[in-house]
Amino acid sequence: MQSTSHAFKDNAHRALGDPELQRAMGHVRSGFIDKRLDAIGKLPEFEELRDRAKAIKDHTLAHLDLYLERYEAKVTENGGKVHWCADAEEARQAVLRICRSLGAKTVTKGKSMVSEEIALNDFLQEQGIEPVETDLGEYIIQIRHEPPSHIIAPAVHVTKEQVEADFRRVHGHLPPERPLSEPTQLVSEAREVLRQRYLEADVGITGANFLIAETGSSVIVTNEGNGDLTQTLPKAHIVIASLEKVVPTLEDASSILRVLARSATGQEFSAYTTFSTGPRRRDDPDGPGEYHVILLDNGRSSMLGTEFEEMLRCIRCGACMNHCPVYHAVGGHAYGWVYPGPMGAVLTPSLIGVHEAGHLPNASTFCGRCESVCPMRIPLPKMMRHWREREFELHQSPAKARVGVELWAFFAKRPRLYRLATGLAIGLLGRLGRRRGRFSSLPLAGGWTAHRELPAPAGRSFQALWAERNQGKDRA
Amino acid sequence: MSGRDSILGAVRRSLQRRPDDGAAAAVAARLGEHPRGPVPQRGQLQGEALLALFVAQAEGVAATVARVAEAAEVPAAVADYLKGVNLPPKLRMAPHPDLQSLPWKERAPLLEIAEGRAEAEDAVSVTTAFAGVAETGTLVLHSGPQSPTTLNFLPETHVVVLRADQVVGAYEEAWDRLRAAGEGLPRTVNFVTGPSRTGDIEQQIQLGAHGPRRLHVVLVGDGRASA
Repeated sequence: MQSTSHAFKDNAHRALGDPELQRAMGHVRSGFIDKRLDAIGKLPEFEELRDRAKAIKDHTLAHLDLYLERYEAKVTENGGKVHWCADAEEARQAVLRICRSLGAKTVTKGKSMVSEEIALNDFLQEQGIEPVETDLGEYIIQIRHEPPSHIIAPAVHVTKEQVEADFRRVHGHLPPERPLSEPTQLVSEAREVLRQRYLEADVGITGANFLIAETGSSVIVTNEGNGDLTQTLPKAHIVIASLEKVVPTLEDASSILRVLARSATGQEFSAYTTFSTGPRRRDDPDGPGEYHVILLDNGRSSMLGTEFEEMLRCIRCGACMNHCPVYHAVGGHAYGWVYPGPMGAVLTPSLIGVHEAGHLPNASTFCGRCESVCPMRIPLPKMMRHWREREFELHQSPAKARVGVELWAFFAKRPRLYRLATGLAIGLLGRLGRRRGRFSSLPLAGGWTAHRELPAPAGRSFQALWAERNQGKDRA
Repeated sequence: MSGRDSILGAVRRSLQRRPDDGAAAAVAARLGEHPRGPVPQRGQLQGEALLALFVAQAEGVAATVARVAEAAEVPAAVADYLKGVNLPPKLRMAPHPDLQSLPWKERAPLLEIAEGRAEAEDAVSVTTAFAGVAETGTLVLHSGPQSPTTLNFLPETHVVVLRADQVVGAYEEAWDRLRAAGEGLPRTVNFVTGPSRTGDIEQQIQLGAHGPRRLHVVLVGDGRASA
């Protein structure tokens, strides 16, 4: 999809002023955080499983070439085909070739962030093939012509009143006076409307949470069952997956599955975890006749062996964004591409370039909650710091920030001068602000004081107070 | 150079792979041994305690469970269940010998039973399961001539007949049993934990998004069989 990550600041500004969005984002705070805590509280082995999950991915990434070869061999052995695609264009073309070979007119789709990454829907539409999203959240954003705003709850930014309006607009064949204000009515209507689409579809496309080298299986984790209808009913099942999704064995997938749902939705296990291996067998009464895997690199192989390699452990649970104060405030669309929140702030510059997405790693308070809840123990704040350093080295940061940092560095390298200068500045501010105890405007600090007051310093620097305190100790 | 070779080449360059670095042996060993990670204590139970955990976990995710002492009681249990939720006595049954051999005509004469894969108009399905996993109340089902996958997803109500000796504590035990059952995996293995649900509208959980609204387990036998 077309990125607007470069416009993060404007996007965020608009999001903060959008009352519907702010109301919808309230559900993120209440919906995910407590449920996760509850689920992990019931599993004493959770921390041990996090360590295991991390170790599995580290081992797999260190041997990725070998596991990919094994995975492909197993897919082939089971009658499926792996399509190796270096970038988004190759992946789109591979999907198109399969659809054309089957004369496909409509394809149903389970939720796949990699399919968003390669902007598959727009492309298929241009080629005269109708893509139908079947995950309820994805369906909602498809009819709203919006990108997802969350990797596991793509329509989390939409209120139920908005969904009602969209359904009334799009489902014109249904009686206009029908009641549709309750979530259960909305869910039933989507179920009825999409049921027909499953049955008509020629090709079903899903993503994959895991690829298993041992067996050549792809794994999807869903709650609705839409992914299963999508892949079971049509003539062909196409799996779109990026290459870091591979894990060695069924046991390894099981270990990671134990941390996935708990971290994501706070469920102990998602309703449906499905392992798919090749096309239907000769005596099977149902299932797809063809099985294809679009195996996408799109920049990931060049993250291996770099300071961003650990990002490839990500299992897309969404815990980092569920716990991120910046994500809560601005929502997912502000990030401007497929992956929002802390994981997006690290991954997006890797995949589409720091020139385009350099703002994202700056949109963090470094509070560290993302790292503390990441089931794969990805050091997200550290990696955002790496991006900030890169951005600085590339002379991309705004002139003001550069001058500021360089000025600070000049003083920081000269401790006596630093103490003198900060002492003078703090003393001056302390005297100026003594009467009110705070400033509502201050030269050079407009970015701060535009939204809140700046407390006046006490008049002495921390270092000065510390030195005095320690001197006192020495005397004692 | 093909896409495959250039991608694998890029991966190898990034990993600085050398041909004789022992990596292939490490990979072969892991695949061969498929070692287990930490298995939760929770499921390490026997007999009746294991079954009780399975039932509690399944009910915790909005499945319902009926227990019967022996297989001959299954037809009546299914008929009673359908009556209890106000559904017509009509169902699509998996063509599985364990189900076909049950005394349907004698014990549930009013049930109208068709066999085969599910069609769009089927409201109720009855299937077997390969295993039940007590740890999370999960059913393990797989595709095959006797167990069409559409039965697990198309009908609004899915009834699963599970034997007590099929209940295991952890996912890993189900994998071991599946490995022992045959060469490689069937086309589809479904881990089903409760009925279909969605939280996509304002994070409020609704049942029956696309798959079954109701998941009912008829658990046959007692703890002695599973010990």
